[in-house]
Amino acid sequence: MTQLALVIDLNVCVGCHACVTICKAWNTSGWAGPMTDQRPYDRDPTGTFFNRVQTFEVGTYPNTETVHFPKSCLHCEEPPCVPVCPTGASYKREEDGIVLVDYDKCIGCKYCSWACPYGAREIDEKQRVMKKCTLCVDRIYDQSLPEAERKPACVLACPTSARLFGDVHDPDSHVSVMIREEGGYPLMPEWGTKPANHYLPRRKTRLRIHEDELLRADNPLKKEGQLPAPSGDEQTLDDITSW
Amino acid sequence: MHPALSVILLTTLLGVGQGLFLALYTGQLYSVARLLEHQDSQTFYAVGSALALAFLAAGLIASFFHLGHPERAWRSIACWRTSWLSREVIVLPLVMLLVFLYGLFHYLEWTTPLFTVAGTLPVDATLIIGALATLATFALFICTAMIYASIRFLQEWHSALTVINFTLLGGASGFMLAAAFSAFIGVHLVGFYATWAVILTLAALLTRGASLLRNHRLRPRSTLQSAIGVRHTTIRQIAQGAMGGSFNTREFFHHQPGRVIRMARAGFLVLVFPLPILLLGAAWGLSSEVLPLLAFLTQYLGLLIERWYFFVEARHPQNLYYQSIA
Repeated sequence: MTQLALVIDLNVCVGCHACVTICKAWNTSGWAGPMTDQRPYDRDPTGTFFNRVQTFEVGTYPNTETVHFPKSCLHCEEPPCVPVCPTGASYKREEDGIVLVDYDKCIGCKYCSWACPYGAREIDEKQRVMKKCTLCVDRIYDQSLPEAERKPACVLACPTSARLFGDVHDPDSHVSVMIREEGGYPLMPEWGTKPANHYLPRRKTRLRIHEDELLRADNPLKKEGQLPAPSGDEQTLDDITSW
Repeated sequence: MHPALSVILLTTLLGVGQGLFLALYTGQLYSVARLLEHQDSQTFYAVGSALALAFLAAGLIASFFHLGHPERAWRSIACWRTSWLSREVIVLPLVMLLVFLYGLFHYLEWTTPLFTVAGTLPVDATLIIGALATLATFALFICTAMIYASIRFLQEWHSALTVINFTLLGGASGFMLAAAFSAFIGVHLVGFYATWAVILTLAALLTRGASLLRNHRLRPRSTLQSAIGVRHTTIRQIAQGAMGGSFNTREFFHHQPGRVIRMARAGFLVLVFPLPILLLGAAWGLSSEVLPLLAFLTQYLGLLIERWYFFVEARHPQNLYYQSIA
C-alpha cells in the first residue's frame, strides 16, 4: 500500500509563502478550473486556497521563537471527511492514499468541512463546491514532465527544501527516514485521524562544552603557555619502551 | 460554528412536522383504544396531515438553501452506508410519502377495518400506514440529529443528548401545534394534546438543561499545542495566512459577542419552556382558542433561538488555527 504525503520541516521553513503562491498558480490554471477569489484587489480580499502558511510565536519576549506553519490537507489515513459525504464526491484513492473531491459530484453542503478538525477544506464561493489540496495529482503522474518534476508544485517551489514528498508507507523512503530519525509528528493525534502528512520539529544544534574542557585539568599550577620543547639528547618515551 | 438560517429552519420545521404527525397518530391510537372520542377523518386527520406535510415540505425547501448545487441534491442518496446526511435525505421523503398516504387514506375515508385483533381492536389501513410513518418519523429524528452528533470533533454535539433533544423538542412543538390546531377547528382534544405538550416540554427542559450543563463543563480535547505540535505553554498566533478572512473564519466562527449569546440562551430557556406552558395553562383556564396557537408560536420562536444557540455553542477545533489575523 502506497500512501503519498508531505513532510514539512518546521526547522527550515522561513515563512516565505512560495508554496502558497505556486499552489494557487498551478491549481488555478489546472484541469480542475480556477480557484476563485472575491475582491482580490479590494478591501478584505478573500479566496480559495489549498495551502496556507500561518505564523505562531512561541514563548514570552525576549525568549520567543517564531514558527512558520504551512497547513494543507493532511491526507489522513482515517479521513473523517470522507464517510460523511452524502454523494461520494469525497474519496480516498486506494492506490496512493490521496484524498480528493470530485467537483462534478459535490453538492456544496459543507458537511465534510465540519468533519475535518484541521480546517483543511475550503469552499469555492463561486463554483460552490468544496476544494482541497490534491497533492498535485495532475503533476505527480504526468509522464510528459521530467521525472524530477513529478512532485507537488509546493515541494518544487520551496527555497529551503522544507517540504518533502514521498511514500510514508515505504520504510526506506526519504520521507519515512526523516519522520523516523528527525522526530516527525502528526497534528492533533488525539482524534485518531492518522494524518499521512507529518511535521518535523524545530531542532537546535548546540555545542556542548564542559567546564573541564575550558580549563586544562592537567595544568595544576594554572600556568598557561607552551610546554618547553624537549632537548635533543634526552631520551624519549619511544627510546625506553617498546610499547 | 456559524449558525446558518437554512439549517436552523430545516431542523425546527422538520421537528414540528414530525411532532404534529406523531400527535395525530397518538390521538388516533387513543381513540382506537376508546380512551378518546373518535375524530372525523377528513376535517381532523386529513387536514392535520396536510399541515404536518406542509411543515415537512417547508423544511425540505429550507434545506436546499444550504446547498451550493441544489440541482445535484439527488446524488446525496448515494452514501447511506456511511453518511447520516445521506440517510436523512432518504428518510425525509419517505416520511413525507407516508404522512401523505396517511392523510390521503383519511381524506378518502378508506377506514373500514381490514381485520380485528382479538375481537375488539379494529385495524384499518390508516393504522398500519400510521405505524410505518411513526417508525419513519423516529428514524428521521435520529438521522437529523446524528448528522450533528456523529462529528466527534464537535464535542458539544457528540452526545446522545443531541438526539434526545431533537426528538423531544420536535415532539413538544408538534404536540403544541396539535393543541393549537384542535382549538382552532374546535375539537375536544386541546386538553389531551396540551397535556402531552407540557410533558414533552418538561422532559426536553431536563435533557436540554443536561446538555447545557455538559457543554459548560467540557474541556476541549485539542489545544494549540496539539494543533501545531509545539510543546510550550505560551503560543500566540501572529498570522493565519490571509488578511481578509477565509472560508475557515466564515463557516466556523459565529462572530457574536458574549452578551448576545447569553441573551439568546436566556431567551430560548424562557420562550421554549415556561412561557408556552403558562400560555397553555391560561388557555385551559380561559378556554381560549387563540392562546394555544400563541403558545405554539412562542415555542417555535424559542426553538429558532435554541437551534441558533446550538450552533453557536459548538466550538470547532479548526478555530485553533484561526485565532488572529495579523
